[in-house]
Amino acid sequence: MKAKIIVTPKKAVLDPQGKTVQNALAQMGYQGIGAVHVGKYLEIELPAGDKESWRQQLEQACHKFLSNPVIEDYHLEIE
Amino acid sequence: MNFAILQFPASNCDQDALHAVKDVLGHSARLLWHKDHSLAGFDAVIIPGGFSYGDYLRTGAIARFSPIMQAVQAFAAQGGPVLGICNGFQILCEAGLLPGALIRNRSLQFRCEHIFLKTVAHDSPVTNQIPEGKLLRVPIAHGEGCYFAEDATLEKLKAGRQILWKYANADGEETDQANPNGSLWNIAGICNETRNVAGLMPHPERASEPVLGSADGRLIFESLVSWLQSKVAKAA
Repeated sequence: MKAKIIVTPKKAVLDPQGKTVQNALAQMGYQGIGAVHVGKYLEIELPAGDKESWRQQLEQACHKFLSNPVIEDYHLEIE
Repeated sequence: MNFAILQFPASNCDQDALHAVKDVLGHSARLLWHKDHSLAGFDAVIIPGGFSYGDYLRTGAIARFSPIMQAVQAFAAQGGPVLGICNGFQILCEAGLLPGALIRNRSLQFRCEHIFLKTVAHDSPVTNQIPEGKLLRVPIAHGEGCYFAEDATLEKLKAGRQILWKYANADGEETDQANPNGSLWNIAGICNETRNVAGLMPHPERASEPVLGSADGRLIFESLVSWLQSKVAKAA
């Protein structure tokens, strides 16, 4: 089993990396590029077991440690 | 007074903080490794700058789980003064001891330069000796010093006089140009509601004696000493 976690900056938070990548894409000639958000991707290997129990534990870990709720949102998937 | 100066893997301003407190101010100070558990016998804690745990995940995110940080939580809850400088400020925010967060500089550049710091609240353990109107010329050295908090948090900080320092120009004006990292409201340093925990991005320890080009930062440490001395006097 694997957990896949995507952490992105909250919309209200200044994201200079995203803005810079957006500008670079536009300069490369990609037309009509909208806002870019640069985040993090974490992949966590899990032993086989109760998926729901892992989900609860990792939700807690995401909230307490893997993301900072002041500035980031996260999306957790277990497969 | 007896200062504890914390050391995490990749702290790099610990010796400078020790020098400022011990050699410049003449107080006793000791370095405490992050695996230590006790702050018994210490009057104040300084969390110095650096790149604790390589800034992995987020700045300060891993350091906050160090054993010594549990002791800092208890120390702060009992009213003990804690000052976080640069990475120390980031750690205090991650630990929830200070509100908000420090994010990547607006310019994406690592900024290493002297700035002017305007003190906006003089009634705190770390600002009480700074004369009204005095601008502090102190260096910054960070890539992630842009202070962010939600509007409601900012308003609460303002109402509680918890904003201690702001970035300003040489005339003391809080302009956008004088803001080196994009911090909301030009915020450079704040304290908690009970005022005993404070953090700032600039480095007062690197501006604590004339040979370093500025001795303005010394006022912050002198404030802390003065506050501790008056606390002792009151208790007597």
